[in-house]
Amino acid sequence: MTTAAPKHTPKMAELSLGQRLAPWMPVLLVPVLVALGALAIPQTSSWLTLTVSGLAMGMMIFIMASGLTLVFGLMDVINFGHGAFVSIGAFVGVSVLLMLGQMTGAPSLGLNLIALMLAVVGAMAATGAVGWAFEKVIVMPVYGHHLKQILVTMGGLIVIEQLIIVLWGPEEIYITRPEALKGAITFAGAALEKYRLVAVVVGLIVFAAMRFVLRRTKIGLIVRAGVQNGEMVEALGYRLRRVFVGVFIAGSALAGLGGVMWGLYQEVITAHMGNDAMILIFIVVIIGGLGSVEGCFIGALLVGLMQNYVAYIEPKAALISNIALMVLILMWRPMGMIPVVKAK
Amino acid sequence: MSEPILKLEGVYTNIAQYHILQGVDLEVPKGAVTMLLGRNGVGKTTTLRTVIGHWRAHKGRVLFDGEDITALPTPLIARAGLGFVPEDMGIFSDLTVEENMVLAAIHGPINSARLDWIFTAFPPLKTFWKSEAGNLSGGQKQMLSIARAMVEERKLYLIDEPTKGLAPAIVSTMARALRELKEQGASILLVEQNFAVARALGDTANVMDDGRMIWSGAMAELSGDATLQERLMGLSLDAHH
Ligand SMILES: Nc1ncnc2c1ncn2[C@@H]1O[C@H](COP(=O)(O)OP(=O)(O)OP(=O)(O)O)[C@@H](O)[C@H]1O
Ligand SMILES: [Mg+2]
Repeated sequence: MTTAAPKHTPKMAELSLGQRLAPWMPVLLVPVLVALGALAIPQTSSWLTLTVSGLAMGMMIFIMASGLTLVFGLMDVINFGHGAFVSIGAFVGVSVLLMLGQMTGAPSLGLNLIALMLAVVGAMAATGAVGWAFEKVIVMPVYGHHLKQILVTMGGLIVIEQLIIVLWGPEEIYITRPEALKGAITFAGAALEKYRLVAVVVGLIVFAAMRFVLRRTKIGLIVRAGVQNGEMVEALGYRLRRVFVGVFIAGSALAGLGGVMWGLYQEVITAHMGNDAMILIFIVVIIGGLGSVEGCFIGALLVGLMQNYVAYIEPKAALISNIALMVLILMWRPMGMIPVVKAK
Repeated sequence: MSEPILKLEGVYTNIAQYHILQGVDLEVPKGAVTMLLGRNGVGKTTTLRTVIGHWRAHKGRVLFDGEDITALPTPLIARAGLGFVPEDMGIFSDLTVEENMVLAAIHGPINSARLDWIFTAFPPLKTFWKSEAGNLSGGQKQMLSIARAMVEERKLYLIDEPTKGLAPAIVSTMARALRELKEQGASILLVEQNFAVARALGDTANVMDDGRMIWSGAMAELSGDATLQERLMGLSLDAHH
């Protein structure tokens, strides 16, 4: 055989500091925002408390939003009904916890955790199943039609909210956290709620697990490739629709997990809580870059922190500040912080 | 002659309201390189996309290895044994070169002997194995696109303009790789505008115009007849020496 290609000795180009930092800019925004928070909030203990609750809130928003970003990335499906899974998850999970009142009321971390696990499994199973049906009945007939998707999925959301009211009644339901997760620990003079610390840990675990699946497994490769060029994924021999259904179910189940966590965080659940969360969820998905799980994660942390810092300084400005954050980020990167390169 | 690996019978394909293919007949024999030629915009890419199922024939039949695949979903057509190199290369730019290749190996881990062959044919793929495919040059992306099709033995390779926009040195790299594939007995349906490459690789040629096949015959016959080329494709041999 002759020598194949022409001689080729690639060299690393000299990059300026700015160019080398560019891919990391979104990640750096999180510590920057934390530092800004420290400037705006002089008492260190308050700042620390707010930072932890901002991170906790961010993690929960991430868990609720992560499925939505992949669903959009893979099949260009805009699902305004995603919040329904948050509500269903919360109601199923809280019902399980109320049934297991003796376990959650006991001052035993082990029993509390078992009860929580059962609640989470129940919530995720229920939302996964509803997600499967939602995809088949509501989403599948409107592939490729954005306006119809918006209308039809909003309709689905309303139906599910009403079903929740039929099943659980119109009143909000109050819930107390399991004994072992009540109260706070004191660190550096700041009171850090135990539950929020747990939420941060759970969020990190979910993020790490998602990254692992997306980067290290074949199904993850198919999902990432499908977000960029679904047509080519099919031409290689993979059934994108099946993958999409799987992602939709997983995303719904994660929203359900987020719903349980959110319900316990607020200590009250309502049929429209999922819909209420959708504003922040959409902000996060948009500023992260549609289809990007990493972008969604960073976006969620920014939104959670922003919400908590600003609410402390001027409660009325909290939502406005997040919309301002979205505008600023889109002016900087119109496709979101970590834009997904789409074919065509 | 044995059964052709691919056969199109009177295929009509519409894109939106346009009638693009208007009764395409085509036979692709086994173990040979079949050229699909013609001026720009006559429907070559549309023909390949109809075979893989990205566009649907609304009339006529597509037979692959004796089976009617006209209405089969794209993934199943691919799994029937088609390797597809699209005109736009279809690279997953956020994935590494390795990940692109792993995805293309649908029957399990990449065969290492085959990978060695690919690395010899396309050395940059070895150099940039762990890099993001989006950072490759145009020529390297084309190499990756062809390598993805070659990573497993396919019954038929559909390759759309592998030398488009490439410098002469890379064109010969591509041609050499395709020749090696041919020497292994592969069946290839190749769209190619570079007439020198077409002449060097093609066994049979099919010329399209305006959504139809207007000429089919031996590549040698076409390449030896300048007036025929001029009439079919509006090219003269001199311009391609
Ligand atoms: N997505 C599309 N929408 C509308 N028309 C299209 C589309 N894709 C292709 N066409 C039209 O179909 C015709 C055939 O296109 P096709 O890409 O098959 O030609 P081709 O022979 O591959 O040309 P080239 O040599 O330039 O690649 C052209 O007139 C083109 O404008
Ligand atoms: Mg073409």
